[in-house]
Amino acid sequence: MRDHLVPIVMGLVAVGLFFAFPYDLAFLTRVLVTIVLVLSVDLVLGYAGIPTLGQAAMFGTGAYAAGLFAIHVWGDPLAGLVVGAVAGAAIALVSGLVLMRTRGLTVIMLTIAVAAILHEIANRARDLTGGADGLRGIRMQPVLGLWEFDFIGRTGYWYALVVVIVVYVGLSILTRSSFGLGLRGIHDSPERMRAIGAPVYWRLVTAYTIGGGIAGIAGALNAQITQLVSLEGFAFSLSAEALIMLILGGTGRLVGAVIGVALFMTVHHFAAANDPFNWLFVIGAMVLVVVFFLPQGIISLPGILLRHLRGGRDADRA
Amino acid sequence: MQTGLEVRGLSKNFGGLVVSEDISFDLPSGARKALIGPNGAGKSTFANLVTGILRPSSGTIRFDGSDIGHLDEAARVRLGIAKTFQVTTLFRRLTVRENLRLGIIERERRGFGLFRRADRDAAQEAEIDGLLSDFEMTDLADVPVENLAYGQQRLVELALTLSLKPRVLLLDEPAAGVPSSEVHLISDAIARLPEDLAVLIIEHDMDLVFRVATSIVVLVQGRILVEGTPAEVAADARVRELYLGGGHG
Repeated sequence: MRDHLVPIVMGLVAVGLFFAFPYDLAFLTRVLVTIVLVLSVDLVLGYAGIPTLGQAAMFGTGAYAAGLFAIHVWGDPLAGLVVGAVAGAAIALVSGLVLMRTRGLTVIMLTIAVAAILHEIANRARDLTGGADGLRGIRMQPVLGLWEFDFIGRTGYWYALVVVIVVYVGLSILTRSSFGLGLRGIHDSPERMRAIGAPVYWRLVTAYTIGGGIAGIAGALNAQITQLVSLEGFAFSLSAEALIMLILGGTGRLVGAVIGVALFMTVHHFAAANDPFNWLFVIGAMVLVVVFFLPQGIISLPGILLRHLRGGRDADRA
Repeated sequence: MQTGLEVRGLSKNFGGLVVSEDISFDLPSGARKALIGPNGAGKSTFANLVTGILRPSSGTIRFDGSDIGHLDEAARVRLGIAKTFQVTTLFRRLTVRENLRLGIIERERRGFGLFRRADRDAAQEAEIDGLLSDFEMTDLADVPVENLAYGQQRLVELALTLSLKPRVLLLDEPAAGVPSSEVHLISDAIARLPEDLAVLIIEHDMDLVFRVATSIVVLVQGRILVEGTPAEVAADARVRELYLGGGHG
């Protein structure tokens, strides 16, 4: 029961938000899509310890794959998600075979490079991708043949919510499995992992590929709901913001990804609306405070408060 | 066919620097051998050549009669050649129980299991409980390793290595960094090792070496100086000179 507490609470909050902010569905949907992307970063960086600043490579690939699939092959949303996942996983697998042979800063640089290369390919291949104008003309069929995507974005919101919950539950099964425990082992000590007989390289390639598939799902979801794919999907800033959101929430715990995205995007939303010129200042200050005072992220806050409360009581007794 | 490790003519050089030279050495099942020698004699290099962390420049390493020279470190561990590190190397943020759980999972080749919860296997958890009680660490089962004293971490590393059910065990300075009051925990644990396990212990602590080893190999400047029983080695004039100074110090 406790395992499923987070997705249940998340679902209930999302239902509440749907009715509380019926005119902000586009924003709320963007939050949901971003949660999927940041969950994929959490698997790769938070669990497996692979430093990445290029998760947008798989996000963008998933978005273009799903967009092109919808235009040229079939407009079914679920089939498009599968195509996005496979495309993201394929890019992660091919690049991961090289990336996972390197360590530390080299990995970071190479992840950035992969996204930059794909960005340029999408930019040049105008006939296929629309280049800087973006990929237009995506028309989605109803979800499961039942729910039409509507102008207000109700269907898109529910659709994204279901995808988020499925991905979350899938990842919580994965991270509790033998494989997940092994990833935490690699994160702590690759040397020790090899010394108990584990093929560390293939574990990392597998984790990176699964993470790529999930980022691909996020990209596909975004393409289907906004009915537009742009070069922004490959942007460095997307990878970087995903990382910042994860660090804000707390790495190595799935709920950290959810909280980090919700906090970052909410603050961003209101700060940018109130002061379109200086909103970055607010974001920067928030990141500084968290990194200095809560290096384990927002999710560590309840534990720290609890310890202070208990510590205070113990001191009273003494 | 001989069972156990068989090393023939093993050499390793880094550029012009020769760190291991023509080492031939047997470690049959059930052996209790110690490898000693002054600092820089190439003891750790030898251990790294056997476990596959380093590749030899020449020579062969056989295990149960077949050449394992081409296998990487993890593959050799899966064959049953395990080691403990000179500096404790563990999954520091995982609990003692999780550390041992990983050892068993990898031994049973279940490390790519994506769906089943890692902690829902009754036989596996019972085996962990057994290891914990062997090492008198039942109370520490759910403590993250990084919160343990160094001597305790040493024992966790030994327990983790044994969870692999190895057939050859290399102990690289198991007593290094352990307070002398706790060294007996290590030597007791070594004394309790399965009888058919082949053990090579690399150690500076001569008390420990003479307590556990039935055969001692002395390595000097990458070469084997002498190999024999503890009594023979203790009586050897060259070894006495090496360890008692002989006026060079």
